[in-house]
Amino acid sequence: MKKSTFPDPFQKTREQIGHHTIDDQNDPVTMLLRLKDVRRTAHNWQTFQSGAAPGRIVVPSEVHIRDTRQIPFETDPPLHTEYRKLVEEWFRRPLNEEYEAALTRQIEAAVEEVLQKDKTEVIRDFALPLQSRALTLLLNVPETEAETWIGWGTHVFRSEDNPLDGSKATALYDYIDREIERAAAKPSDDLYSLLLASEVQGKKLTKEEVKGVIILTFAGGRDTVINAVTNSVAYFAEHPDSLQLLREQPEITPRAIEELVRYFSPLTHMGRIVTEDTHVCEHAAKADTRVSLCWASANRDAAVFENPNEVVLDRKVNPHVAFGFSHHNCLGATHARQVLKVLLTTLAKKVGYMEILDHKDNIEQWGKFDRKVGFDKLEMRFNK
Amino acid sequence: MKKITFITTDNETVTLEGSSGSVMELAVANNIKGIEGNCGGVCSCATCHVHVAPEFMKQVGKPGEIENDMLEFDDNVNEYSRLCCQINVADAPDGLVLKVAGEE
Repeated sequence: MKKSTFPDPFQKTREQIGHHTIDDQNDPVTMLLRLKDVRRTAHNWQTFQSGAAPGRIVVPSEVHIRDTRQIPFETDPPLHTEYRKLVEEWFRRPLNEEYEAALTRQIEAAVEEVLQKDKTEVIRDFALPLQSRALTLLLNVPETEAETWIGWGTHVFRSEDNPLDGSKATALYDYIDREIERAAAKPSDDLYSLLLASEVQGKKLTKEEVKGVIILTFAGGRDTVINAVTNSVAYFAEHPDSLQLLREQPEITPRAIEELVRYFSPLTHMGRIVTEDTHVCEHAAKADTRVSLCWASANRDAAVFENPNEVVLDRKVNPHVAFGFSHHNCLGATHARQVLKVLLTTLAKKVGYMEILDHKDNIEQWGKFDRKVGFDKLEMRFNK
Repeated sequence: MKKITFITTDNETVTLEGSSGSVMELAVANNIKGIEGNCGGVCSCATCHVHVAPEFMKQVGKPGEIENDMLEFDDNVNEYSRLCCQINVADAPDGLVLKVAGEE
């Protein structure tokens, strides 16, 4: 099997049953595996809510390791709609020409750097710095801030060996508190300042609310972007024909991006809290229990996707849910798509071929499912 | 060349000309308000939802199954709904009128 092949562990259960319940700190989660069920459930926010105790819709649950509500992520309409309106335009800035030009400068420099080296550990020395520098554009803060974030390493929210240990996140939370105070004392044109000056339902956003948006921006776009970048690089290393295709037909790049995020599905699933006794896919879901929308499984659903386990780079119809679905679809998706667009364009332009020298898979465990989501280590050589 | 007219939710009328690509791409290239085309036209985001003027519906045709599944969950869906990334400019009737779906 190729190193950039990501098997679908859900297939049999998805086709035969459609859901599977896993334990999580005595608050079980029923994973919904079929695309149609995932979409229907994601859309029905009244029965499947996000605005429960902070951290509870995340799997593994973060209720014991954080109190700050992530915004707009952990709220429901109508409040969610208000928060979303507040930040939507800001999160579409990645489409601006200057933003794309700055991103191109960053990513071209990163690729030039690895082309000079004999060997690169892609996660630590390429994807993490790339993700961190790109994030300075999204927050509109000086690029030098990225050096602090890179210093935190890839495991900033939880310990590497214990997913229930959130003590590592203290560095991030303290940092964000300091940044909010800085922006409050001297407003600028960054995201902190915009939020501090904003109102929702006639009231100024509190610092706790501002923190909730910023934490979401940091957390939602870290592992996901790092995995998308790393996995895409691994894929093109093993599929030089695909890189050649991008050189010859750059117009397929937008489709290639959607297909890579479908195939890799950097976020496996996201939970919801059931508000009343109901049924999903013949599963009796009781009030105050949890279900999860398994994007990774839905994106391999053969009822919708032809050859779901193949990367079809120019897949024309691709109704994937890798960025979620309905009200809570990924706020950072525009940024993520631009990062991938510039990355693919730069690889096609500057890199001749790439070799994988060594690797270690990052396998998530969800009950009986073992899912490869990325790599713990990926050593590569980039050649002109 | 085909003429396609968009009516935005602000009731602004814009007529564009095009010969290739999707109607969504034509709209995005000309900054038609309310047509975002976030997914680049692969039918995964429903941010290019339009209502086809009834007199053109027969020629434009009904949405396919996958497109229909996307529209099912859109608050502004009606019998004239289409995702315009799934309509080719070349196949569109000349003079087509599309109303951008959304809150009015």
